[in-house]
Amino acid sequence: MKEPNNKVETFPKELFQPAKISEDESEFIAKPSLTYWQDAWLRIRKNWGAIISIFLLVFILLMAIFAPFLSGYDKDTQDLSRTYLPAKIPVLENISWLPFDGTNGDGVDVYEQKGVEEYHWFGTDSLGRDLFTRTWEGTRISLYIAFLAAFIDMFIGVTYGGVSGFYGGRADNIMQRIIEVLVGIPNLVVVILMILVFEPGIWSITLALTITGWTGMARVVRGQVLKLKGQEFVLASRTLGQKNSTIISKHLLPNIMAIIIINTMFTIPSAIFFEAFLSFIGLGMPPDNPSLGTLIEDGYKSMRIFPHALWFPATVLSILMIAFNLLADGVRDALDPKMRA
Amino acid sequence: MAKFVAQRLLYMLITLFIIATATFFLMKFLPGTPFANQEKLSDAQIEILNEKYGLDEPLPVQYVTYMGNLAQGDLGVSFQFDNRSVNDILLGRMGPSFILGFQAILFGTLFGVILGIFAAIYQNTVIDYGATLIAVIGKAVPSFVLAAILQYWLAVKLELFPIAFWKGPEYSILPTIALAIFPLATAARFIRTEMIEVLSSDYITLARAKGASGFEIAVKHSLRNALIPLITVLGPMAISLMTGSLVVENIFSIPGIGEQFVKAIQVNDFPIIMGTTIFFAILFIGIIFIVDVLYGIIDPRIRVAGGND
Repeated sequence: MKEPNNKVETFPKELFQPAKISEDESEFIAKPSLTYWQDAWLRIRKNWGAIISIFLLVFILLMAIFAPFLSGYDKDTQDLSRTYLPAKIPVLENISWLPFDGTNGDGVDVYEQKGVEEYHWFGTDSLGRDLFTRTWEGTRISLYIAFLAAFIDMFIGVTYGGVSGFYGGRADNIMQRIIEVLVGIPNLVVVILMILVFEPGIWSITLALTITGWTGMARVVRGQVLKLKGQEFVLASRTLGQKNSTIISKHLLPNIMAIIIINTMFTIPSAIFFEAFLSFIGLGMPPDNPSLGTLIEDGYKSMRIFPHALWFPATVLSILMIAFNLLADGVRDALDPKMRA
Repeated sequence: MAKFVAQRLLYMLITLFIIATATFFLMKFLPGTPFANQEKLSDAQIEILNEKYGLDEPLPVQYVTYMGNLAQGDLGVSFQFDNRSVNDILLGRMGPSFILGFQAILFGTLFGVILGIFAAIYQNTVIDYGATLIAVIGKAVPSFVLAAILQYWLAVKLELFPIAFWKGPEYSILPTIALAIFPLATAARFIRTEMIEVLSSDYITLARAKGASGFEIAVKHSLRNALIPLITVLGPMAISLMTGSLVVENIFSIPGIGEQFVKAIQVNDFPIIMGTTIFFAILFIGIIFIVDVLYGIIDPRIRVAGGND
């Protein structure tokens, strides 16, 4: 019978030493601890779409602020001797495949034909107005709408939802019934009613957005406040005798900040679209103070012969919309990874 | 459930009532006159006309008459087209709008769902990124820009499709694409998220373990569960279709309600503007109502919460 190989290696006693147990070392944090916002920034930094969008938006913002001074033309000066000039941009005009050399669809240099020395970077419209200036002036309106929508959401929406959720009871009941009705009224209907009474223009759109733009945010904030105010840390704070205002500003607001920001980011592109859409169907900005929607409508009319009048405002609007959408997606993924789509 | 439906129905009626009331009083404050060439009429003639159309009654009486007419579905008479009722005009133009809307939501959701499935199965591959790109562009680029681009390149330049008008099925292709891109993008993003969640659940692992093929898992097991929540985005989709139809019908010269509406705005034909507004409002609110109720049937938690959150 063969002996099974059960020989165990033996170690001398001296090799064994008691392990040093030290809580300081086992719990050692190798990396600096990050706040919530630093953490979010780390996440958004990895999101290419969002980062490119930030750069695009900064670029568009700078152009909207400074471009109208760059061109040397103003948005209203008409010059019937130079109508429908195609785009002509210095330097880029020498690259043959880019449509910036001042020639029209048939290859004729319209600048030469009409004896125009100056450059119109985006061309001119039916009245000879410089489209470069007009496009960036129009972008200002879109950006104004963006900030307005964000402000309405942040201010009215959060206050309304916060009050409704925090105080609860009868006030909440009445406020919710009001929202219930307001949500049912389509934005478009409100704007049409506004425009029948007032002139179409920036104030009608502002007013319409103020009436309907905040309901979504108010509902979300109310839901969050309702959820949070029943939790232990709020109870603890209350037991310790904190005032309502402290509870709201120190405990509730920081906890719903992420949701407020995410919601605002999604409101912005839809508000920009809404304004452009209204202008396109003739309910928005008038031609003497054009927005991108007005310019697209104007360019569309002559699209078949002079497409440049449509392409430039349409491109700027599309880039603006895509950038805001991508940034909103990125911000949502960064602030609330659970909601990632 | 009955209580939930009754509650939603009540809100729907209140909202409609407020819209109709606001419409009426705003109409009364408008400058101008409903009669053509009023400056040429004598006072007696204006009086007769006012009497004929009930405009000599006190405001509350007119309001009651107006609401009564509205309750019976009478939207008034157009300024622009002599003596044609708004109902008539809307009815005559409902066909193309309905066909377009139906096609857009059908093809949009169908292709959106297919795109979403592929994006979810091939998550984080080129297919997924491509689908996401399409979805982002479809969601972000305004429908009127897209419609103009389609019309310029596919119809004017390449001459693949008719440029405009409404003379046969091939005339509906471009406007349908322009309208369908938003439902497509919405459905694709939505289905992708849902599918990824479903695909990581235990019963899918079981299905895979027992040897079901990838296709079988995707269609038979996952899709069904991923499709149900799609109902929740039907409301926003329908609303975007209606706003979209205003511009798309106009760009492609389709004799639908949207085109009529934009034309009425341009010539200040208030009865048509108001009639269409109320018609749109009813449609919007009706769709939201149906979606809410469907939602309540599918997800009972919403019913308990009173549909607020």
